[in-house]
Amino acid sequence: MLQQLGHLPMGWLLIALIAVFASVAFFTGRVRAERILLSGATELHSRPNYHGYFVTMWAVIPAILVALAYAIGAESVSRGQLTSELPPAFELLSAPELQTYLDSVAHAARSRDYAGTDLVFTAVTNRYLEILGGLNIAALVLMALGAVGGLFLARKRLAASFRARSLVERGMEGVLFFCAVVAIATTVGIVVSLLYESIQFFSVVPIWDFLFGTRWNAQTEAEFGALPLFFGTFMIALIAMCVAAPIGLFSAIYLSEYAGPKVRAWIKPILEILAGIPTVVYGFFALLVVAPAVRSLAIWINETLINVGLASEPLLAAQPTSALAAGLVMGIMVIPFVSSLSDDVINAVPQTLRDGAYALGATKSETVRNVVVPAALPGIIAALLLAVSRAIGETMIVVMAAGKSARISMDPTSDLTTITVQIVSLMTGETGFDDPKTLSAFALGLVLFAVTLLFNVIALRVVQKYREKYD
Amino acid sequence: MTDPAASAFSTPDALKRLKRRRAADVRFRLYGMGAIFLALGALVLLAMSIGAQAVSAATYHVVRYDITLDPAVITPPGEETPEEIARNVDGFWELLRDNLLATFPEANKDRAARMEVSEFVTRLAVLPTAKRVASQPQLLGNAITLKAPLNDDLDLYLKGQAFAERRVGTGAISGVLPQDDGSAQIEGQGAFAPIKTAMMTLEADGINLSEASVLLTSGSSTGRLHDIQSDSASIELLTGTLEAFQGSSATARIIALPEAQRVISDQQIAWTLALKDMDRISRVPRWSLLTNSDSTYPELAGGLAALVGSLFTMLVTALVAIPIGILAAVYLEEFAPKNRLTDFIEVNINNLAAVPSIVFGLLGAAVYINFLGMPRSAPLVGGLVLALMTFPVVIIAARAALKAVPPSVRSGALAIGASQMQTVFHHVVPLAAPGIFTGAILGMARALGETAPLLLIGMVAFVGDVPTSPTDESTVMPVLIYTWSNNAERAWEPMTSAMIVILLAVLLLMNGLVVFLRRKYERRW
Repeated sequence: MLQQLGHLPMGWLLIALIAVFASVAFFTGRVRAERILLSGATELHSRPNYHGYFVTMWAVIPAILVALAYAIGAESVSRGQLTSELPPAFELLSAPELQTYLDSVAHAARSRDYAGTDLVFTAVTNRYLEILGGLNIAALVLMALGAVGGLFLARKRLAASFRARSLVERGMEGVLFFCAVVAIATTVGIVVSLLYESIQFFSVVPIWDFLFGTRWNAQTEAEFGALPLFFGTFMIALIAMCVAAPIGLFSAIYLSEYAGPKVRAWIKPILEILAGIPTVVYGFFALLVVAPAVRSLAIWINETLINVGLASEPLLAAQPTSALAAGLVMGIMVIPFVSSLSDDVINAVPQTLRDGAYALGATKSETVRNVVVPAALPGIIAALLLAVSRAIGETMIVVMAAGKSARISMDPTSDLTTITVQIVSLMTGETGFDDPKTLSAFALGLVLFAVTLLFNVIALRVVQKYREKYD
Repeated sequence: MTDPAASAFSTPDALKRLKRRRAADVRFRLYGMGAIFLALGALVLLAMSIGAQAVSAATYHVVRYDITLDPAVITPPGEETPEEIARNVDGFWELLRDNLLATFPEANKDRAARMEVSEFVTRLAVLPTAKRVASQPQLLGNAITLKAPLNDDLDLYLKGQAFAERRVGTGAISGVLPQDDGSAQIEGQGAFAPIKTAMMTLEADGINLSEASVLLTSGSSTGRLHDIQSDSASIELLTGTLEAFQGSSATARIIALPEAQRVISDQQIAWTLALKDMDRISRVPRWSLLTNSDSTYPELAGGLAALVGSLFTMLVTALVAIPIGILAAVYLEEFAPKNRLTDFIEVNINNLAAVPSIVFGLLGAAVYINFLGMPRSAPLVGGLVLALMTFPVVIIAARAALKAVPPSVRSGALAIGASQMQTVFHHVVPLAAPGIFTGAILGMARALGETAPLLLIGMVAFVGDVPTSPTDESTVMPVLIYTWSNNAERAWEPMTSAMIVILLAVLLLMNGLVVFLRRKYERRW
């Protein structure tokens, strides 16, 4: 019986029940209010609908709380209970093994496809389903009790002079506030989860070894010196900015100072397409077109240098995936981040400044170079900083085109690895959460988060300061 | 007399400087145009290179098989239920292979040749037929025609993308003299001179032909040429008959890449050409790209499971991010008192919008999967991770839209006695709705193209089945693109490009919708 209940599709059931309770409560409240209206000559303070909303609020909030508690706790509670009931022989299993075993039990229970497996497993799965069934029925009963209780309590308060609308509006404001607080909760979630796992990591690997060590072999030898990753990230971001900064800036200048309104109306959205293309597409482009081209260029340079006699052996590494290929494509990707924001700030420079320069006899390019760009400089710097932060945090292009060897090499045609590449390769393996390998990914994530946050905060500050100047 | 001011500006020195300054002006303008051309050029190069590949994957070659559904093979004793028929892939596949063996008797000569024939069609290609027969048992014993995709490498060869091949026509072949060792001597006055010329040109271009294969085809017969002279050559027959060459002018194919370095052999090329000559190979649109799920065989792989996975993921993202984003924006724009807390929220939102996406993946792995014990690889978790990433974008767009509604609307509503909540939800939000929804769609488009955070929560696993609920194991389109691009076989390249084109088409559609909504509903106050 309980075992059958373990199969209940609780997600849908809880959502459907909340919907049912909500509509029942709404009509109860509304009908009650209309009755009051019909029975007496007095007028209602709030319209019947608000009475309905008021009752709904009281019925749904306990129901949602129960559903949330179930969603968050059911799995761990049932697993905990099951673990405590397992026969002593299971104590021989290590924690990750037990975890895997429980995972397979949960999976078998979900798919119902475990008949014919060994007896112990079947028995454990059946017991798991019983525990889950008990929890399911408890959650449903608790939810119904909460909803019905709330409904009756609220219904009792309804009266002609009852200020349903004010209360509903106050409740609504609470909901709105809660939604806004989700933003804080997300940031807190990021910081706490990164810090929590990183602190665990730093208790195994000293923080100085991590930040300044020069050997990174996380996959094989547990060497966690992240300096080569920082170097690779920096190198690729630098190459990207060498592409994006001039192209983005000159595009912005041309669009805002030279192009006519028609050209501008066409070119600007097309440039912004570059920002809308998924990064995995850029990664494929890098892999398919740019990396082979970079490689053959490097090979050609090597051969030419040897032929001319300037070198006796190949100078460039000319590897199939290279920092240069990833950097070039990343540069293309961040062009619109530079050009869009720069365009905005250049447009915000007052026309009077330009007119003043023209009146002194400056040519257009002199005006742009000596008046407009200096005036827009804080905004342009902010745009560049935001673009750098994008480039540092970008993942797919480097995962696909930058390679995986952690080394410090000034040769742009050799493959370098970055923080994001290592996070992906560490997290896509089959390791548990207590493994230093996985934990090191969080430490890298913390560095990434801190660096990009720094860039963003500086950029936003600069923009804010600049805006105040001309308003 | 002379105007002193004019003279100061018209000295040769000043004129020279003016010329230089004007040249600098022109140069500066050219830099700007150059920058735009470079950016647009990169975009065009990207579109062209991926588009060209995708076009080749839009069609593929299928082989027609006329087979009899022999009950002895399909329903061996004890395996007659529909489920067993549907699972009997080997039986159906044997029928196709036997059909090929019957077409090419020479393939029966040894094990290696039979293996080469076997590679023409992958076993799983017959699965739809097996399922069809299982549901319609009356087909048993009947003759049916079925089309199965050709092996991906041969498909690439027929599309001319496998390796370089030079095709030349020969002159008329007058005599075929069979030799003792199974080969034959073929002759014709100057018949093979074009081959010799072509080979000489190729060698002049620096191509090494020492291990090249020269295949001669006439009708459905193909042989390999040796000792090529202008008037005669020795032919080693691969398929068909020697008589086919008698009195005909044949086509020669010069393949410089040595056979040992190719994935397909001369023998397989000969059979493919024969099948094509028999009109059994046709090039058809590859609908399977949209109707099949992922497979380890490129000719069978498709993106249906990933499309559905993306759909579920986006559904979860939309249900979470859009309401929370809009309500948060309404709070911040219309209700929030100016205090430390709301300032902090605002700073937070701006920062969240710029946090690298992979950090959200780490958050999802730590909180959703490790802490809350949610299933890995599920669209539910993927959707929630992307929702956290998307809702700051929705908030920022929604706030801009709410800000654009003029205060007179609010004053008017408040003046006739509406409460603040009524003002906002009855008047301001409906007026801002087009702006809010365009922002929401843009946020969703960004989430749809996102890959990195989903890799971290395990959505990179191979998924062969179409997911049926948000908690099933699943993958999404961008991740499928990433997985396919990692595959070594050449045939995956065009497949990946085709998948990219599908993804970009969906994104373009969403952006088109935004433009349409803006044109139609945007109001300027």
